[in-house]
Amino acid sequence: MNWGSWLLWGFAGTIILTTISAVAQGLGLTRMNLPYMLGTIFTPDRDRARLYGFGVHVVFGWIFSLIYVLLFQALGAGGWWRGLVFGLIHASFVLVMVVSLLPGLHPRMASEQHGPTAQNMLEPPGFLALHYGVQTPLAIVVSHAVFGTILGAFYQLK
Amino acid sequence: MSSARINAPKIDDYALIGDCRSAALVSRYGSIDWLCWPRFDSPSIFAAILDRHNGGYWSIAPVGDFRVQRAYIRDSNVLETEFICPDGRATLTDLMPVAGEEFKRRNMQPDHEILRHIACGQGELLLEIDFRPRARYGARPVKVRDLGVCGLRLDVGRGAYWLRSTIPLSVEEDCARARVVLKRGEELQFSLSYAEESPSVLPLLGEPARAAIRRSVAWWQEWAGKSNYQGPYRDAVTRSALVLKLMAYSPSGAIIAAPTTSLPERIGDSLNWDYRYCWLRDASLTIRALLGLGYVHEAESFLTWLLHATRLTQPELRILYTLFGEIAPHERELEHLAGYRDSPPVRVGNGARAQLQLDVYGEVIEASAHYARRMGRFDRGTQNVLIGLGKYVARNWDLPDEGIWEPRSGRQNNTYSRLLCWTALQRLLDLDENGVLQGVPRQVFARERDLIRQQIEQRAWNEELGSYASVLDGDELDATLLRIPWYGFDSARSERMKRTYHRVEEHLGTGNGLLYRYVRQPQEGAFGICCFWAVEYLALGGGTLEQAHRRFARLLKYGNDLGLFAEEVDPETGEALGNFPQAFTHIGLISAALTLEEQEHGSMPAAAPAEASTTTKELKL
Repeated sequence: MNWGSWLLWGFAGTIILTTISAVAQGLGLTRMNLPYMLGTIFTPDRDRARLYGFGVHVVFGWIFSLIYVLLFQALGAGGWWRGLVFGLIHASFVLVMVVSLLPGLHPRMASEQHGPTAQNMLEPPGFLALHYGVQTPLAIVVSHAVFGTILGAFYQLK
Repeated sequence: MSSARINAPKIDDYALIGDCRSAALVSRYGSIDWLCWPRFDSPSIFAAILDRHNGGYWSIAPVGDFRVQRAYIRDSNVLETEFICPDGRATLTDLMPVAGEEFKRRNMQPDHEILRHIACGQGELLLEIDFRPRARYGARPVKVRDLGVCGLRLDVGRGAYWLRSTIPLSVEEDCARARVVLKRGEELQFSLSYAEESPSVLPLLGEPARAAIRRSVAWWQEWAGKSNYQGPYRDAVTRSALVLKLMAYSPSGAIIAAPTTSLPERIGDSLNWDYRYCWLRDASLTIRALLGLGYVHEAESFLTWLLHATRLTQPELRILYTLFGEIAPHERELEHLAGYRDSPPVRVGNGARAQLQLDVYGEVIEASAHYARRMGRFDRGTQNVLIGLGKYVARNWDLPDEGIWEPRSGRQNNTYSRLLCWTALQRLLDLDENGVLQGVPRQVFARERDLIRQQIEQRAWNEELGSYASVLDGDELDATLLRIPWYGFDSARSERMKRTYHRVEEHLGTGNGLLYRYVRQPQEGAFGICCFWAVEYLALGGGTLEQAHRRFARLLKYGNDLGLFAEEVDPETGEALGNFPQAFTHIGLISAALTLEEQEHGSMPAAAPAEASTTTKELKL
């Protein structure tokens, strides 16, 4: 296990994933904003939530990249295409599992069954996060595919 | 009660029940004739209001002659319909059960449910239960399967409906029926539930159902009790607030224009539109109504939806969005439905989705200003959104647009759109001056605001007509001109506004307190909210408070027996026209009542100063 390489490329992959997500938002492809969604677990303040969420997102990125790295180690090889495949599996997991679990886990996110009590809450993502825009699945798949490809291509096995 | 009437209820024969995610219309004859699950804009399972034979319905009513009295249980959205027959009386209670989030965390509840409870209070009567669901707006029948003690099950797409009852129902291929004699002291219960995302929760009948009714009534009464309104129109204002609440979609905070599609603005004509989406044109009045009544959480949720759910198109705003901020679907016609009282077509989706309506920018910014006056600050992201909208207005206010009434005949230089562009820039400058916004390009906004004012004063005023006109350099009128004082552009007491009011009355008034929104041949119904705008104009100084009260009280009589208003009113018969009930009309009612109350107690609404000019600060936070 090459700890230094993992820390470096896990961080780089996470930053690029976050940047792709932000670009997708800026281009009007999706309203999904992972740092903001993570940050609002801790605070309702939008400005602070983005900051806290960014920190949490980097930590999560490192944790997920550790799983990638351990798989590369177990297989005895990395490579961009293995990273790409893992990224696609990761994206599927996020879209199908994580997104559907979020309303139950997030204290400030409404579920599809919320109401009639009114509270200022994050809207639920819906199936494949489609409530955040029909191109949201595409943005998630592309950003995670790039994340995996970077890890696969640049992580140095020991 | 004749069967002809039972089979063709008027629009105002309907009542609304709901749970803030979906809604159903119940006719005064005990038939649920409109229901879309799981969301307001989902395909219907009952649509008899649009086609008695093909739409599907669920009726519980006496056989033979009967009379009806009905009312909501006080301050609730739980409906009671009393059937009065020659030999007995029974009360049908209809509701979508609601409960607080804490209760729902501790107790399993169906995702969606309609509960119907009928109890005989006197004598006996023969009841008929007729359950005829039709999927996808009546396009296809649904196979009803009897699963014994679990109830009847219907599978539609990826969802499952369950009908449970305290009496056995006779199942035919696509319907379930029963006839039963109900005697004094006896009761029946029915529960229709729906699940799509997970296995269904089958609700218990008997005492648990009675408890659900009590819980729902208590929830609504507690909610209604939070209203600040202390004026003389408490019942009408409370009912309007309850209707508005039913049209708020809790998971996202969006508020739909109406829960129905294609109820015609003119019987037999084709002015039939799908209103199950969220129009931004309602924004500022909605926020004012909610905040004015003290419903801060609802206002916050709606404003958050306005500013953040619409981000995919910003800085451009569409005129309408879906519940989750998507662009509304393309319009299509459902040819298999005959339409309400044979007024085809029935449309779903909305063709106005691509129109340009510049007034929505002013509406959203004015709504934010209302909110800021109460709550005081915005985070940086929201500030950027508002400033971005202002920059868009500064660049584009001079464009022709379709305008608030969304005609499908092309774009014009609408006075009301200019007025709201002026409002947008003025409010942003006020917010900047009061420290709520940072980074406002003051010089640009002030310059463009002054140009708009100049244009309205010079080109919207028609001296020959003696009135502001609905388009620049035009000679026609529309009721939005009465809004000029409300946004603080001109005083209601000004000579120009007084002359405008008289011209509007002359050209658009029906002579019985109602107003058309514009002149059209053949004329459609009088437009509900415009009638309330006239009240506000009078209250703001265009007339006396007594005149305003008189007009308001007169308008209240055009609601149905439950206090519900449609989009329009037939000025000759007083019947409701258009989609029903209509949030826009109820918002107008609340706003007018609040303005009357504010004027009565000597305080002017912050957005409508008595005397306004270019340099006047219309909004003090």
